[in-house]
Amino acid sequence: MLRRTAALFASAFALAGVLVGTAALAPAMAQEPKRGGILRMYQRDNPPSASIHEGATFSVNAPFMGLYNNLVMYDHSKELDSFDTIIPELATKWAWGDGGKSLTFTLQPGVKWHDGKPFTAADVKCTFDLVQGKKEDKLRTNPRRSLYDNVLDVVPNGDHEVTLKLGRPQPSLLNLLASGYTPMYPCHVNAAGMRTRPIGTGPFKLAEFKQNEMIRLTRNTEYWKPGRPYLDGVEMPIITNRSTAMLAFISGKLDLTFPTEVTQQVLRDLRTQAPKAVCHMGPVNVSTNLIVNRDKPPFDNADLRRAMALSLDRKAFNTIIAEGEASVGGTMLPQPQGVWGMPKEMLESIAGYGPDIAANRAEARKLMEKHGYGSGKRLAVKISTRNIAAYRDPAVILIDHLKEIYIDGELEIVETGVWFGKVARKDYAVGLNLTGNSVDDPDQSFFENYSCKSERNVTGYCNPELEKMFEAQSMETDLEKRKRMVWEIDRQLQEDVARPIILHNHSGTCWHPEVVGFRMANNASYNRYRFEDVWLNR
Amino acid sequence: MGAYLVRRFGLMLLTLFGISVIIFTLLRIVPGNIVDILFDSAGMVDPAEKQRIARELGLDLSLPQQYVAWISGILRGDLGYSYVSEKPALEEIAPRIPITAKLAVLALVFSVLIGVPLGVISAVRQNTLTDYALRVLSLSGLSLPSFWLGLLVLMAFVSWFDTLPIYSDRITGFWAQLALFSVPAAAVGFRSSALVMRLTRSSMLEVLRQDYIRTARAKGATRQSVNYRHALRNALLPVVTVIGIEAAFLIGGLIVTETVFNIPGVARFLVEAIRARDYPIVQNLVMLIAVVVVVVNFVVDMLYAVLDPRIKYGG
Repeated sequence: MLRRTAALFASAFALAGVLVGTAALAPAMAQEPKRGGILRMYQRDNPPSASIHEGATFSVNAPFMGLYNNLVMYDHSKELDSFDTIIPELATKWAWGDGGKSLTFTLQPGVKWHDGKPFTAADVKCTFDLVQGKKEDKLRTNPRRSLYDNVLDVVPNGDHEVTLKLGRPQPSLLNLLASGYTPMYPCHVNAAGMRTRPIGTGPFKLAEFKQNEMIRLTRNTEYWKPGRPYLDGVEMPIITNRSTAMLAFISGKLDLTFPTEVTQQVLRDLRTQAPKAVCHMGPVNVSTNLIVNRDKPPFDNADLRRAMALSLDRKAFNTIIAEGEASVGGTMLPQPQGVWGMPKEMLESIAGYGPDIAANRAEARKLMEKHGYGSGKRLAVKISTRNIAAYRDPAVILIDHLKEIYIDGELEIVETGVWFGKVARKDYAVGLNLTGNSVDDPDQSFFENYSCKSERNVTGYCNPELEKMFEAQSMETDLEKRKRMVWEIDRQLQEDVARPIILHNHSGTCWHPEVVGFRMANNASYNRYRFEDVWLNR
Repeated sequence: MGAYLVRRFGLMLLTLFGISVIIFTLLRIVPGNIVDILFDSAGMVDPAEKQRIARELGLDLSLPQQYVAWISGILRGDLGYSYVSEKPALEEIAPRIPITAKLAVLALVFSVLIGVPLGVISAVRQNTLTDYALRVLSLSGLSLPSFWLGLLVLMAFVSWFDTLPIYSDRITGFWAQLALFSVPAAAVGFRSSALVMRLTRSSMLEVLRQDYIRTARAKGATRQSVNYRHALRNALLPVVTVIGIEAAFLIGGLIVTETVFNIPGVARFLVEAIRARDYPIVQNLVMLIAVVVVVVNFVVDMLYAVLDPRIKYGG
């Protein structure tokens, strides 16, 4: 009883703390921004390089997005990163032409790279040529090349206008261009140079990048956006131990945690130890999913794959891993935060998503029995996963669920350095995987994860008919009509057990109330780190 | 003595050669290489791209060719390039050596300054309350994992002083640096001091039972003189051996401390480099550690002769 009362009090104080934090923020938001100061945010690991085009994790975006600009960007003050919140950046305006098959950008005049050279339309072409692998100078890794397959050519019209010629209409291209993953690179610096001594047009210049120690950005005094940035710089010590990092945040040595590093459990601690901290907890557009090797017997049998999907109790995953705070959905981020998520009633009509888990599992067992499995003949299988807690924990729960349908799973922990190669070689039968999406947009998700030729389609699912639907939705300009097409594709992907989505994860970011002008999006975690509107109310 | 030194030096070289072969082979046996890891983070599987990077990094050469390239590079003072940062390995390793050296030396000083006197006190006050208390303290020192102790220390600092003693490259000056490194050095040195204390105690107890100690007492030497001049010097021989081993062990033991206190030293860097399969960094760092261990062992052997005049090297 005493413990319960104490817990109630703790919750009440925590809630009061959050409210106080929010209330303290409101007057600051209304104030005239103050100039100066260094924002201190920890960096969770050592980024492989400073070249965003070579990165596939926001361990690269978060520290280095402030060095660059995009043609267009998401409005950082809005709740969602979506088509409606795209605003001009290096492009002052844009116009579609040729029946949606060309996109012309008018570029901001007077923009200079950090080394003083002028930014022109030629740099836009160079950026696309580099990302599309058309230049002799190659990116060391190029994870998003396939996203721009539809861009046939980039044609500069003088210094301040550039046209993207497309193979087919693709309204979503603007979403891809607004992502934190699509900065403009200069023609005059090679790919290797961008990894270690990056030159951008952004609000900050790279002052220092000491491997495993510190990243320092300093204000670009020649920045082309008037009055920005407010900060003198950003300092990011690389702190790999999360406990140390959170203690540093609590002690006030840091102003901001690394984005999305705050779990539900850590949030509880922070609310008691740093009650004034402002925390954003929400979906990060990273899903936990089941991957099944469709080429490996007996999993080349669709019934077995379907049985596995039917065995999943998503509520149990959610309760155990995320204290019930994660979201359940299909491939696209679920509503209300997700723009493209299926309606609840549609989702629950899909096999394995219905609330009656016992009935689902009874159906799964029938499918297994049809192929000779039963309590006397169980199927033994290795469940492979990466040696990271976010992978291991749900894999253990998965093993427990599979036991219900005559499958005995044995956990196979795979080191990070080996994991992707193993999955790519299809050297696994069943796996537990995490998939992140940089923007909440079907083009990025469908083409990257489910297209027959995509390098990131790790299960080898290939449905040419559905792929035609990918293209059809991509060309659709009527938003409501496109949503319905996307729902239908998503439903089909789940019915086909292409890559059963177990959960859409939620995690958090916290900052002290002195940090003003920083806001995380509710549907993406890769795009909000320009820091040009952030100021310190000290 | 001269012949002994030459023989020892030859043995050191042979040991280092053996270590170099083992490091090189083990690194290649471990599944996954830097190219896999780069592709893992980027999520790409294009075999042509992978081959291009492997060629760029010299990983397409045969293993003997790679080994010869590495060793001949070391002999020329060229440690190669870090695969991750693309900077010369020497440029990456060199600034981290003084950081780890300061921490290790301070931890060692801490362990000796605490361990030896407490060990002596515990021995001369055998089976008293003080002895029991010190033995419990030393046992807890040996039992507490340093990462846990480190985190406790950090939490205590945040709770009591509202600050955190973690590394910052902006802290300069001797005293400021001493203060900065003292807390992690104490955390890591606590375990070593416990070991030194227990060994000093048992060694002292053994010596205190010797006939010449009884003789010294009989001739009227003061207790202080008996304990510190006669007994301690002879009891120190095994302690010096252990301190030597601990000095070498500390480099490895610092991995956890450097991580918890966020100190950008050699030990943490080594772990990160292993994770990234950054061969030039790992190979050279392990060699560096091997050199330190071999040299420390050599110095310890030499110290025996200083501490115990009966020991003579030669012939």
